[in-house]
Amino acid sequence: MDRVPVLKLGDILIVSIQIDLQDQSVLALQEDLADRVVATGARGVIIDITAVEIVDSFIGRMLATIASISRMLDAETIVVGMRPAVAITLVELGLSLGGVRTALNLEKGVALLDQRDRRGGPRTTAATR
Amino acid sequence: MTSPAELPITGNGDVVLVRQQVRATAVEVGLSLVDQTKVVTAASELARNALVYAGGGRARIEIVHNGARSGLRLTFSDDGPGIPDIEQALTDGWTTGGGLGLGLSGSRRLVDEFDLRSAPGEGTLVTVTKWAR
Amino acid sequence: MTVHADAGRRRIEELLRDHEERILKRWLESASGGPADRSDLAGRLRDVYHALRDSLESGDTSDLRGLLADLSRSRAREGHSPTATAVAVFGVKEAVYEIVEADGGAEALRGFIWFTKIVDDLGLFTFETYAAAREKIIIDQAEQLLELSTPVVKLWEGIVAVPLVGTLDSARTQVVMEKLLQTLVDTGSEHAVIDITGVPAVDTQVAQHLLKTVVAARLMGAECVISGIRPQIAHTIVTLGIEFGDIVTKASLADALAHALRRSGVEIDSGRRTRIAVRAEEV
Repeated sequence: MDRVPVLKLGDILIVSIQIDLQDQSVLALQEDLADRVVATGARGVIIDITAVEIVDSFIGRMLATIASISRMLDAETIVVGMRPAVAITLVELGLSLGGVRTALNLEKGVALLDQRDRRGGPRTTAATR
Repeated sequence: MTSPAELPITGNGDVVLVRQQVRATAVEVGLSLVDQTKVVTAASELARNALVYAGGGRARIEIVHNGARSGLRLTFSDDGPGIPDIEQALTDGWTTGGGLGLGLSGSRRLVDEFDLRSAPGEGTLVTVTKWAR
Repeated sequence: MTVHADAGRRRIEELLRDHEERILKRWLESASGGPADRSDLAGRLRDVYHALRDSLESGDTSDLRGLLADLSRSRAREGHSPTATAVAVFGVKEAVYEIVEADGGAEALRGFIWFTKIVDDLGLFTFETYAAAREKIIIDQAEQLLELSTPVVKLWEGIVAVPLVGTLDSARTQVVMEKLLQTLVDTGSEHAVIDITGVPAVDTQVAQHLLKTVVAARLMGAECVISGIRPQIAHTIVTLGIEFGDIVTKASLADALAHALRRSGVEIDSGRRTRIAVRAEEV
């Protein structure tokens, strides 16, 4: 089974998914991320899915779960780089990824985290949907 | 020409293999990128269903023709416990496997034709077709 | 029966072989439009004739059909009607009949019936080729039209718009949707305006597609505003019971642009002298 590496950049954890995800890898990533958030005290998690060709309900649920867990551990999750075809498919599938914030690319994802920090607002954001 | 292809679904790795084979065949048929993504996603859902609810099954991937149109037909079969209430199983949010309950109902929205046959104790047969635009 | 039929076939094949030059000459006379046409057509008919003879013997018509398709296409380009091309192909029957008549044998006559059936099929095939070529041109043009009619324009840094004009059908809406979302990625724009001022009517499917576009854009991290909804369309949407939910709608493209600018941190001061001030975003 392939494991997805978790990178640390300042107080942000970055995960870039580059493989065709197996369910086992998805579950492993979920655990790894929770551990790393606690170990590093990260304030944000960015999951880059630019290279991901499909998001089915299992992977979609993983994204939502990671967002919920991180939020509980005081870190915000931002999913970046979703392809148009993937987004259209998710809408058709009926998956709204409630509570997951998204950005067009990695750069905008980081900016989103910075912005929130500057505002000094609450570190948790209510689900938008 | 790989059509039709039969793939066994016995483990998580097989779900990935089914996805890759469906993608390759969808490209061959000439589906648009969005349609490819939709049908691969549906295949992923249905293959996982066979794995989760029946402990495994088979996927058949074939190219079909209707006049000048070409399409991709996927057949997922298993010898699992079957579905007692098909209508209920096709309802958004209904699940007995701890998922989101979007597998069957969602896949149906992602394809052009959807056929589900099942009875308690007799396994499940799902056939879906996506036509090239 | 079969023995007779086979004998007939064999006889025709023999006649076609033995009287090739005579048949070709007669065929060319009946098929060509005039002397100018003749020299070009002669070579082509000879090729077709040889392929026809080969296919009668081997039963494999792929070469023959390929040649006929070429013939049909080039004749169409030269301005001949599909009927004229088909009639030209049928001309071989006349030419062969003369030979058969001269032969006078029962076998040759029986074989001729079989032969005419095959030629009829081939004539119809040229017609089909013509229709298919036309069909392809129409499809290509429809696709080009689709491309042309759905421009995605940049309004401001980070703001793109699709001004939709004309009737929206499901296929076109889908194309727009995909193109818009791809532009968001390519340009890194976080705001999009879908302007439907020029759209006379929408049906349930189109409204659903617009709705899905907005939701999909959101999943990708961008916001869509729909502007220019006509009263009739608003009426339709409400009557159809389509829930637009928290999707932002604006009366005009200008309002939508102002909204998008505000959201991206640009402030518009509409005093006497219009002035645009950029400030740090605070939501």
